[in-house]
Amino acid sequence: MTTNGLFQIGLYLAVLLLLVKPLGAYMARVFQSERTFLHPVLRPIENLIYRICGIEEAAEQSWKRYAGGALVFSAVGMLLTYLLMRVQQWLPWNPQGLGNVAADLSWNTAASFTTNTNWQSYTPETTMSYLTEMAALATHNFFSAAMGMAVAIAVVRGFSRHSSKTLGNFWVDFTRSIVYILLPLSIVVALLLCSQGVIQNLHPYTKAATLEGAVQTLPQGPAASQEVIKLLGTNGGGFLNANSAHPYENPTPFTNFIQMLLIFVIPAGLTYTFGKMVKDTRQGWALLAAMTVLFLAGVFVVYSAEQGGNPILAKRGLQTQATATQPGGNMEGKEVRFGIANTALFTVITTDASCGAINNAHDSLTPLGGLVPLVNIELGEVVFGGVGSGLYGILLFAILAVFIAGLMVGRTPEYLGKKIEQKEVKMVMLSVLVMAFSILGFAAAGINLSTVGNSLTNHGPHGLSEVLYAYTSAVGNNGSAFAGLNANTMYLNVTLGLAMLFGRFLMLIPLLAAAGSLAAKKQVPVSAGTFPTHGPLFVALLVGVVVIVGALTFFPALSLGPVVEHFLMQQGRLWS
Amino acid sequence: MKQLMIAIKATLLLTVLTGLLYPLAVTGLAQILFPHQANGSLKVVNGKTVGSELIGQSFTKTEYFHGRPSAAGNGYDGLNSGGSNYGPTNQKLSDRVSDDVKKFRAENPTYTGPVPADLLTASGSGLDPHISPASADVQVARVAAARGVPADTVRQLVLAHTEGRQYGLFGEPRVNVLELNVALDQAAPVRK
Repeated sequence: MTTNGLFQIGLYLAVLLLLVKPLGAYMARVFQSERTFLHPVLRPIENLIYRICGIEEAAEQSWKRYAGGALVFSAVGMLLTYLLMRVQQWLPWNPQGLGNVAADLSWNTAASFTTNTNWQSYTPETTMSYLTEMAALATHNFFSAAMGMAVAIAVVRGFSRHSSKTLGNFWVDFTRSIVYILLPLSIVVALLLCSQGVIQNLHPYTKAATLEGAVQTLPQGPAASQEVIKLLGTNGGGFLNANSAHPYENPTPFTNFIQMLLIFVIPAGLTYTFGKMVKDTRQGWALLAAMTVLFLAGVFVVYSAEQGGNPILAKRGLQTQATATQPGGNMEGKEVRFGIANTALFTVITTDASCGAINNAHDSLTPLGGLVPLVNIELGEVVFGGVGSGLYGILLFAILAVFIAGLMVGRTPEYLGKKIEQKEVKMVMLSVLVMAFSILGFAAAGINLSTVGNSLTNHGPHGLSEVLYAYTSAVGNNGSAFAGLNANTMYLNVTLGLAMLFGRFLMLIPLLAAAGSLAAKKQVPVSAGTFPTHGPLFVALLVGVVVIVGALTFFPALSLGPVVEHFLMQQGRLWS
Repeated sequence: MKQLMIAIKATLLLTVLTGLLYPLAVTGLAQILFPHQANGSLKVVNGKTVGSELIGQSFTKTEYFHGRPSAAGNGYDGLNSGGSNYGPTNQKLSDRVSDDVKKFRAENPTYTGPVPADLLTASGSGLDPHISPASADVQVARVAAARGVPADTVRQLVLAHTEGRQYGLFGEPRVNVLELNVALDQAAPVRK
């Protein structure tokens, strides 16, 4: 690790933390129907949407109706996306004349973008028309992120309200997320990215005659407008195949810095929004502190593993020590402009969040460098996490943490003045178990099938990691990949699509049920026996619960993949 | 049923807003404000488009600086961006690096130290336009000899094309291979 690398990581964290309070406070105003400085411009747009769609702004919904809204909207959006891909050949803005997308790939992609996963079994440059990218895929980057935020806010209302039958109105929370938060930020930052070199046009691809006399075809298209929401909505689906490693998506170290901020800024800000809404901002800072601890732990493991490099390649004659004029380390799959530190940082951020954008090839990370992204997703993406899903995910673990603390001292657990009882704990455990069963079940089936084995690029323990990563990424709605796995096969498209839907909706529905039950409860006054959930003790307990639940569930699988590979790499073992 | 109607209307309306109006508005603004960048930062030499300032291209001749190995198609294929996806214990990775080290030693006999890691590893995009300053430095002797000019002339050009950290803060120092080679062709053309 170099001093400058550590400095750049520190700078990132400092800027991120500075943004938490202003953005978090703004979001709290938006969701609590208070006036913001953008109201003169945006309120008419919001009203217009309500009028056209027939949404009653003041109508409150029970948790069931709230969840119903989210489900039915997802279904309609998924269907529209599927149809657009199936007929893109006959639609405008297709200058390359790309054909219609195959049925299994369209299913996989529609499920993927609807669930905020953005797993991509396809090469965008040669598969998706500009219209498909804009109107079928980028739209879901807005929708799925807005849905995540809406559900998170509804879960927070479960704590902030008492003796209430309702959790708010899905359509209102959803519309406000798009109109007041996602869209304004996207317009400004898209232009900023564009000024640095991200492409934004509707031209056909460009043919260039290279210096050595070959022809190079350069892709074009409306990338910047999609790039920004890909990150801001923690979606991660690239406009181009190499995603944020591609110089047209992420041309400079500065755009890389902006992109990393975009991924974390809303999830980090939402912790403050949460604190505001439950009228005790210390509660939000406690969640943020637990997240920051887990985040930094991941960054240091990946950074030191990647800077350490691959001893096998060092023996072949590569310089793996960093100097002032070269990055050293494991540069396979990485870009020179980002070097080791910014690649390690991006890798951890994108998997802590449910983003899944990549600025390097995760498959080529060292074993320990690749272990961390797997673990991050398997912890439930609660370290900042996805937009909205990170907050409701960490609240799930907070409930579990106070429950365990309650068991230790023999008191009925409370969180934010609400008694945590059988119903809530059942719903929370259901979410945890669905995730574990889906990931491990699908992966176990996959590694025993020759159709999946034929898709592997790497063998030995790394092959297991490729399959495990695919289903982890799908269930966790992350979307990054150990991309050596050729996932565009019938079996993988279908099962990964199912895994994504399980991971999204079987998590979201139980949590809304728990929130509905919490909202109906009375507020319990704070007493001497109340376990305070804003201090270091709670933060440590929360970190412990997150790590232990993840470790107990996934350690056996991980030890057969990346952990074994790490030790065998030290001995110079290779697989062909 | 009421929610289904709202869902259909909201999907269509918001698709128009976020899927058409938003990207088209950004396209319009980008074309007015940043036309060069929005259209791919194309590199034009003597009226001909030779590539993009941001996208690497394949260099194999001894008189040019070489970029990194590329896993994009058959090398720097603009339609097949991506990395090798070789894991650290993949035999093919080890073999590729061994072969490239041998080739490097044959082409650059005067340099005997370890080869900078970035020069013989494939990038994540397959289109990385850069190499590290050290990777340029180890090729100076070969390029100078192939062009019949003093090594110092070439070294000066490399220095002029070395970018530091962006705004003094972000990323790593680097050399854009295409830009350097274009400048090289102008300053020290190959004698035919």
